[in-house]
Amino acid sequence: MPMLQMREAIRRAMSEEMRRNPDIFLMGEEVAYYDGAYKVSQGMLEEFGPERVVDTPISENGFAGLGIGAAMAGMRPIIEFMTFNFSLVAYDQVINNAARIYQMSAGQYKVPIVFRGPNGAAENLASQHSTSVESIYAHFPGLKVVSVATPYDACGLLKSAIRDDNPVIFLESEMMYGVKGEVPAEEYVIPLGKADLKRDGTDLTFVTWGKQVHNCLAAATTLEKEGISAQVLDLRSIRPLDHEALFACVAKTHRVVIVQEGFAFAGMAAELAARIQESCFDLLDAPVYRVTNRDVPMPYAPNLEKQVIITPERIADAARATVSRGGSSGNGNTNGGSK
Amino acid sequence: MTASAPTPPPPAPLAERSSLPPVDRESLLALYRKMVLIRRVEELAAKAYTQRKIFGFCHLYIGQESVAVGAAAACEPQDHWIAAYREHGQAMAKGVSARAVMAELFGKATGCTKGLGGSMHLFDSSVNFMGGYGIVGGHVPLATGVAWAMKQKKTNGVAVCFFGDGSAHQGAFFEALCLAQLYKLPVVFLCENNYYAMGTSIDRQSALIDMSLRGLGVGMAREQFEGFDVEHVRDRVGAAVEYARSGQGPVILEAITYRFRGHSMSDPAKYRKPGELEEKKKSDPIAITEHRLVNDFGVTQAEIDAIAAACDAEAEDSVKFAEESPWPDPAHLYDYTYAPPSADTGAGPTNGGR
Repeated sequence: MPMLQMREAIRRAMSEEMRRNPDIFLMGEEVAYYDGAYKVSQGMLEEFGPERVVDTPISENGFAGLGIGAAMAGMRPIIEFMTFNFSLVAYDQVINNAARIYQMSAGQYKVPIVFRGPNGAAENLASQHSTSVESIYAHFPGLKVVSVATPYDACGLLKSAIRDDNPVIFLESEMMYGVKGEVPAEEYVIPLGKADLKRDGTDLTFVTWGKQVHNCLAAATTLEKEGISAQVLDLRSIRPLDHEALFACVAKTHRVVIVQEGFAFAGMAAELAARIQESCFDLLDAPVYRVTNRDVPMPYAPNLEKQVIITPERIADAARATVSRGGSSGNGNTNGGSK
Repeated sequence: MTASAPTPPPPAPLAERSSLPPVDRESLLALYRKMVLIRRVEELAAKAYTQRKIFGFCHLYIGQESVAVGAAAACEPQDHWIAAYREHGQAMAKGVSARAVMAELFGKATGCTKGLGGSMHLFDSSVNFMGGYGIVGGHVPLATGVAWAMKQKKTNGVAVCFFGDGSAHQGAFFEALCLAQLYKLPVVFLCENNYYAMGTSIDRQSALIDMSLRGLGVGMAREQFEGFDVEHVRDRVGAAVEYARSGQGPVILEAITYRFRGHSMSDPAKYRKPGELEEKKKSDPIAITEHRLVNDFGVTQAEIDAIAAACDAEAEDSVKFAEESPWPDPAHLYDYTYAPPSADTGAGPTNGGR
């Protein structure tokens, strides 16, 4: 099976879809002549031309809105945010327009659009370039939110996102564009709304997505040496949520640690914990623990950043705490509280 | 860096006259009738609001009818309109029925958005009316996208974006102008300057009174004109639409107009200067056109009275229709949160967070 970098898998998904449907175009800052800030769209200008691979001015609010209007009128835009930090400039367009137009027009206008780009902290990018946005987008009905951890998932899920008739927030990571993985040579799609068990285990489940899948897998390897068997459920799709897979994991391991980049307060991990206790209260042997960023804007200094972000060590600590519950009194909250 | 490129010349002015044929007796009567109908529907909406049959916000178009009706007379069916939240008049001018508008204001299942949108979110895809929007300025970038699609799909259509003087202060508005000019999109930005952004008069919200001047900074063709005479609006919007349709790029227009009612139904408009409203009512678009019909086209008072009676009847009928229509069925509450999978998606469940 061919090995592709994450950026190549994303490019392959976009290119394959653009070949089969002339209504699809890619638009964003530096996507054309610069080949993409992270070289995701390398070579696409040459293949598809400047009408379909379109550089924009630095104008997220404007070109996000342009994409939405084009989608309403029959196109299928892929809008790249150079990073999702910049999507906050376009938040009004994404929330008030993209998420709502299908409903407030009573189904008369669809908005088939993908907003994609890197999400979360990279390395030492400091306060304004390290935001994790999944919780603030997943909040709104009308949007779908996808976060990918492997080249295989990225290619298959992005193709589904592009074919979907709804707005999809597609979250990547600067840290993972160079990560390699096997991608089948033949065409395939992965449906949205299906989680994937990335590692099997019996004692507890890590529920996570995106870049944190890899930290959870590393933590699980460490824990195995201690006799703790952890499984890793990669949600892949945050909205729609695969409740069936989530609750099956709770039923199997009875202990859950949710690993969510970004802040704990009012975040996606809190939502998952609430849904687990509402539906699986009697199946739980321990409280649902969360591992998240510390509750502070991202500092620049490398030693401080390491305090804030999630590490395999912090994840393993939470796992040890949860398996010690049910007789003993561990406290798995490693988030430093939420003031 | 090499020396910067020479500053391009300012865009040429729009054609002095559009290529539309001059109005005749019948066509002007039709425009007059449409303005009177919009006025009557709005007056009955105001009455229904005070009777608590219409809820939430309700922003009336009374006084500005000439702009929407004149613009409609300048457009082709394939042209797409998009508007802000004072859009009852534009919706009816574009072809949405009085019944569908009134029923929507009443929140009924027979409304043009099935009771989901209300006053601020009227849509009708069958006449290419792409909505009313409630975030001031937030809909302006959408118009650039609609124009993008029409250009790519070569539909020969033009996007017309209605907005107010208030919108012209939002960043989204400015970004939309930049993008439209950069990509030479077939879009007409039509500012209805009614002199008030909610209760803030134009001189208290802007250092410039003419919002079309905003186009100069991005190199866009522009024009300001008096918007009280429907014939004149038809001609000036006609010239702009022809310019955009010919592939020369976007146009920004400002129609000077005035709203006779408050910002919304809850606004008594005490911020107006003494005598201002009475003065402005001298340029009531309906009176102007009525005068022209009688004086230049020999229309009789009996014909004017007949139009008034017919519009009264149609407006009353819209209220009766709205009152008798059913409420939306709660069983369908979630029907439009997500579009269903198309044949092509293979995308699995679409029930989101339900």
